[in-house]
Amino acid sequence: MSPILDISDLSVVYRTPGGDVRAVERVNLTLSPGEVVGLCGESGSGKSTLAYGATRLLRPPALVTSGSVRYSGRRITSGGHPVDLLAMSHKELHEMRWREIAIVFQSAMNALNPVLRVQDQLLDAIKANLRLPRGEARDKAASLLDLVGIPRNRLRSYPHELSGGMRQRVMIAMALAADPEVVIMDEPTTALDVVVQRDILAQIVELKERLDFAILFITHDLSLLLELADRIAVMYAGRLLETGSAQAIMREPAHPYTRGLLNSFPSLRGSRRELAGIPGSPPDLRDPLPGCPFIPRCTHAIPVCSNVDMSLALVAGPQAGPPPGLLNGVSHLTACPIVTPEVSQEGVLS
Amino acid sequence: MSEPIISSLPAGEAPAPEASAAPAVNADAEQVGEPAEVRSVAAARGPLVMEATSLNKVFRLGPRASLQAVRNVSFGLYKGAVVALVGESGSGKSTVAKLLAGQERPTSGLITLNGKPIDVRTGRAFRHYKSQVQYVFQDPFSSLNPVHTVGYHLARPVKLHQPGVEHVNEAVIALLEQVRLTPAAQFEPKYPHELSGGQRQRVSFARALAAQPTVLLADEPVSMLDVSIRLEMLNLLDDLRTRLSLALLYITHDIASARYFADEVLVMYGGQVVERGPAEEVTQQPAHPYTQLLIASAPDPDNLGSTLKSGNVIAGAAGGVKAGNVGPAAVGCPFSSRCPLADDKCRRDNPALQLLAPARAAACWRLDVAAPSLAGGTT
Repeated sequence: MSPILDISDLSVVYRTPGGDVRAVERVNLTLSPGEVVGLCGESGSGKSTLAYGATRLLRPPALVTSGSVRYSGRRITSGGHPVDLLAMSHKELHEMRWREIAIVFQSAMNALNPVLRVQDQLLDAIKANLRLPRGEARDKAASLLDLVGIPRNRLRSYPHELSGGMRQRVMIAMALAADPEVVIMDEPTTALDVVVQRDILAQIVELKERLDFAILFITHDLSLLLELADRIAVMYAGRLLETGSAQAIMREPAHPYTRGLLNSFPSLRGSRRELAGIPGSPPDLRDPLPGCPFIPRCTHAIPVCSNVDMSLALVAGPQAGPPPGLLNGVSHLTACPIVTPEVSQEGVLS
Repeated sequence: MSEPIISSLPAGEAPAPEASAAPAVNADAEQVGEPAEVRSVAAARGPLVMEATSLNKVFRLGPRASLQAVRNVSFGLYKGAVVALVGESGSGKSTVAKLLAGQERPTSGLITLNGKPIDVRTGRAFRHYKSQVQYVFQDPFSSLNPVHTVGYHLARPVKLHQPGVEHVNEAVIALLEQVRLTPAAQFEPKYPHELSGGQRQRVSFARALAAQPTVLLADEPVSMLDVSIRLEMLNLLDDLRTRLSLALLYITHDIASARYFADEVLVMYGGQVVERGPAEEVTQQPAHPYTQLLIASAPDPDNLGSTLKSGNVIAGAAGGVKAGNVGPAAVGCPFSSRCPLADDKCRRDNPALQLLAPARAAACWRLDVAAPSLAGGTT
């Protein structure tokens, strides 16, 4: 299936007096219709900048310096020609937003206007995007609340009268107001506790199946993505380090950073294992080192690592058996040179 | 320094005056039966340092309404041991910490430190108390003053709580090294905005340690940090706990980290402790339906999408739990409004903790169904 959203070679810098901060560096990422892609990375890794850069939501001093973002939704491309979001006029872009690509923003706890009732905020989103008579717009607002399982009498509530989970659901309802094909979710459950988080995730999955949109799910919590996502992309210091199916990432993580992440969260099941975490802190993006940005924290780094160009390559497998680079038709790619064929044969990783 | 100040009421007298003047939202939920005496596993680590007995806290919401945020909570903190308080937002876990920190006064109940009832009535007494009991806040982004340097944040408590110290600067450097912010001299002149979240939380830890406390109350110390940093922070806390023999209260909504880090786990729901016991046993063999729900809700990497995608949200014994936007019940067991096992008795009477094993207890009428293997032996 051809991707609905194809981000290629995207770079974003923040212009600062101290020099350019290269927040996103030549990232390629695709999203297929109906797919859930998880984008995972720690604070400052550029995951939100990537999403906002691709949807042109960044303002100066942020600057997209290279790349293209091709969108080929069913309503936009009649003749099969994808459109480039980065080359669009503001008017075209306005048409795209909400109707084609919607975003559930980070810290949704505070993203609602505190002095407007839920109904008015939903109506704002509806009126801005759909030309509906007032009565129908109201019905639409009510049905959006139904969609996310909030009782209709909450339409007249103010945000402070809702729990965190309900506010988050209102945000999701709002994003779905114009039936988008791609929904970008930026840490939608981070401020919630586990039980509510799970309710919301289940709701997201159910809505996705029913309304058939694709999700780019951004989070710092890899354990969550392993359950939720079809495909996972691991980002670090503005670069993608590894992409693959959730299964491949979980069972055969290729990049040492991914392995570190997997070894960072305490597990509830199984034996109580020793956890290592990832010592050190991310690099300064104003002055990136050549090669892999993870070198200073990597326990496997070898001289070759300073020369890699950070393009993703198929993961090499053990000598026998089918290549594990392809699992369930999803390629497992990594930027780490020591697990790609030529080097792993030398037995650097054992 | 004479009488128990903080327990202005004799322990156990109920209902509290505020509650009788304005009936609590959940005033009818008095627990039935005497709560069990649990022999805490944390006691194996060291002597009892701080003890809370039958703590109750009622907040007045208005002239005719009040809310009981904490009901009948008792536990001990032991030297060198970690006790975890686990529960969702609004379960009362932070209120318990504030009661222990002396920031709030209990409506009834007794808190003792080294065997003596705590005294926080006057400024001087409170300061003396704070030098022994310190609090680490959840949010390292707002708990440090943006206009002051790291050195200032640490020098102040050193001057305040260690008046004999001559070389404050050396004490500050030593504190920074203790939380592994090295080279310490480089961090001292920095401002909070120049630090990452993890580094800021280290400064918070150092600030708490500046008072040379015996008890550390850590309220969600890692939940605002990235997953990759959390573990490092927990390891640091663990290391400090061992080296300085701190009695640690660890408050979290992440029961997996409690398993990894704590000796004893207390699970709170609706202001009550619904289950307590050794961390490993509570997480591996949860007895209370709420604990079972918490554990089933934690992201499980080994699941690889199965439970979420099949639409079967909550697996296991707690199947059929109602969505999280149903609040705790006002009458009877607080969890009865969400519990799939709830029957008429659960909706009428609020259970007290019942002993399951010498170190384990749960407050549930339906333990025979919820955890048959545990309930069989003792009831």
